[in-house]
Amino acid sequence: MGQRMSARPDGACALVTGGGRGIGAASVKALAADGWGVAVLYRGGREAAEATAAEVIASGGTALAVSGDVTDTAACNKAFAEIEEQIGPVLALVNNAGVRADNLALSIDDDDWDLVLETNLTAAFRLTRQALRGMLRARFGRVVNIASVVGPRANVGQANYAASKAGLIGLTKTVAAEVARKGVTVNAVAPGFIQTEMTADVPAAVKDAVPARRAGRPEEVAACVRFLASEEAGYVTGTTLYVDGGLAA
Amino acid sequence: MSTDTDTARIEEVVYSALEEFGAEKADIKRDAGFEALDVDSLDLAELAQIVEDEFGVAIKSGDVEQLKTVGDVIDLIAARA
Repeated sequence: MGQRMSARPDGACALVTGGGRGIGAASVKALAADGWGVAVLYRGGREAAEATAAEVIASGGTALAVSGDVTDTAACNKAFAEIEEQIGPVLALVNNAGVRADNLALSIDDDDWDLVLETNLTAAFRLTRQALRGMLRARFGRVVNIASVVGPRANVGQANYAASKAGLIGLTKTVAAEVARKGVTVNAVAPGFIQTEMTADVPAAVKDAVPARRAGRPEEVAACVRFLASEEAGYVTGTTLYVDGGLAA
Repeated sequence: MSTDTDTARIEEVVYSALEEFGAEKADIKRDAGFEALDVDSLDLAELAQIVEDEFGVAIKSGDVEQLKTVGDVIDLIAARA
């Protein structure tokens, strides 16, 4: 009754997994511009992650590139400790790290199934569980899961990817309902065809299926991440925001 | 065996957490039931984590089902601390 919008505590940190490139890097910059201290978690692309962090710092923001494989729980715990010590409590988590290993279902082997589900879904769950501890204590938290239009929608050759992304949307809804009254929101963003390194091999003709007739830009996805992480989005939870030029419409 | 000081410290941590969860301070007593305090399963899960951080005592979900009152929690922590 008459509860005010809860404010983001000072010194709060936003952790973006896979933050060195593409949608992750754009999200890092958008969150930093919104006043978050940002941790850029990377696995392979050290240079890209450090360059992204350096760009934030050069614009007067706070950022730290931290190495860590999201599928390695011990590495994530270590990264969390380092981030909280150097920047502050993780009160926003953007589960963006993702991989693809495309094939027809008939030909997806167990390794390619496990790799995609572990990275895209299980790691997001584990990081969310870890981050919720501090978020619940702070009575403020924002989890944003980068899902995909693939999952809610079929895409031939991506059964593993579709399962992981649809799973993220299910995870988003249930965790949102569990923690809503504690000032923690959990939402998903579902990008369509976005121009990044990850989609470089997608035939250009795919964009003909997009009502907007063009690929999206990482910054257009990042703007939605920034909004969902903001104080103003405090009453938005459990939802999936499509950023797809109308593809899923 | 815990000393009285330990029990006082456990009480302090548990009471302060329950107050943070929104329970009325005046209603927080050893024999108060969680249902009456409007403390739900998420609150208890959070309390379990606070207790783990403060005292290194793990309260598993199986334990939580047995905990009905504030005193139950305090006794369980005291027995394991």
